[in-house]
Amino acid sequence: MDNFAILYENLLKFQWQDIVMILLGCLLIFLAIKKEMEPSLLLPMGLGTILVNIPGSTALVGPIQELYNAGIANELFPLLLFIGIGAMIDFGPLLTNPKLMLFGAAAQFGIFFTLCMARMFFPEIDAASIAIIGAADGPTSIAVANTLGSQYVGAITVAAYSYMALVPIIQPPVIKALTTKKERMIRMPYEQKSVSKTTRIMFPIIITVVASAIVPDATALIGFLMFGNLIRECGVLNSLSDTAQNVLANLITIFLGISVSFNMVADKFLKVDTLLIMGLGLIAFIVDTAGGVLFAKLINVFSKKKINPMIGAAGISAFPMSGRIVHKMGLAEDPQNHLLMHSIGVNVSGQIASVIAGGIILSMFGG
Amino acid sequence: MDIFTNFNPAGFVECLPRMGIGMLVIFVVIGLIILTTMLINWFFSK
Repeated sequence: MDNFAILYENLLKFQWQDIVMILLGCLLIFLAIKKEMEPSLLLPMGLGTILVNIPGSTALVGPIQELYNAGIANELFPLLLFIGIGAMIDFGPLLTNPKLMLFGAAAQFGIFFTLCMARMFFPEIDAASIAIIGAADGPTSIAVANTLGSQYVGAITVAAYSYMALVPIIQPPVIKALTTKKERMIRMPYEQKSVSKTTRIMFPIIITVVASAIVPDATALIGFLMFGNLIRECGVLNSLSDTAQNVLANLITIFLGISVSFNMVADKFLKVDTLLIMGLGLIAFIVDTAGGVLFAKLINVFSKKKINPMIGAAGISAFPMSGRIVHKMGLAEDPQNHLLMHSIGVNVSGQIASVIAGGIILSMFGG
Repeated sequence: MDIFTNFNPAGFVECLPRMGIGMLVIFVVIGLIILTTMLINWFFSK
């Protein structure tokens, strides 16, 4: 009988909070597989959430904690992932029209607006960490929230990746609400210009030096991103570039996803705060989109050569979904209006600007 | 933490200067990057 008791002893330790978290883990796996929402991250996160919420689990205080300490507590995994992301990005469309980078800057407005909103409910450090959801960039969100020592890293990560996956649902209504049909039909012919190899090689180096000199806290984030891009563009490290884009990025994503679940335990996650963080994250994405679109409309007031204001929305990072959405919306209004090269240019500039914004947040609230 | 008992509407206004500084710094950094990029584009396209 005593031996039989051992079999169900652990079952009795289950509390409703554990069960809710396990169901949440199942939901993340469902969204990853069925809806294809950021599956490479949500699937390991989902399974990790199940693992850490089983009472007496040897996964939580064991491999997952070790992975967390080895790769997230010290920011290593997000930074290594940046090498892969940098190797994937082609800055060509941006280099042919560098002014597009202004839209990337404008679309970071959601971060700072959300900072003000979050400050009404949360202490400074947590408000700053929540605001960075607006970077629309998972690794930046994890790195900043973790460096600042926020207690909400799990909720922030879930919000950041969920909304990135929901960009096709969040952005179109905001863009439509802020633009007229006439504005959405503005054509922007793409002038094909050749970019020299030297320029492509110099660009990541210059960005690293300029951004790091002004915002030193962004050095690691921008440096690793641009390191990946330099591997891609140098032309002599093709096998390393392939490894960074595929093997490294995939490997780190697996580890990142499962180790983030270290923060997905019931007592840390099941709070009203989490719902509020999800709400604030949504506000960040909406205001980012609005910031980019309104900035483009402002430019149009002073410019003779009109810009399609929709491309401003692509500045929120979330690469490459946001750029593609703007392109599709342009085609829906006018089948001859191809905005892809412009919107992708703005989109990659959003990637750079979001990392710089992360550095600024760290400068303001870190140490 | 009880977020509703700690609700502080003044926190929004207190953060506005940081919003201004943050956006200003982003535009300054991006502006410098644009200028430098235009310069290298011009220099190396010759």
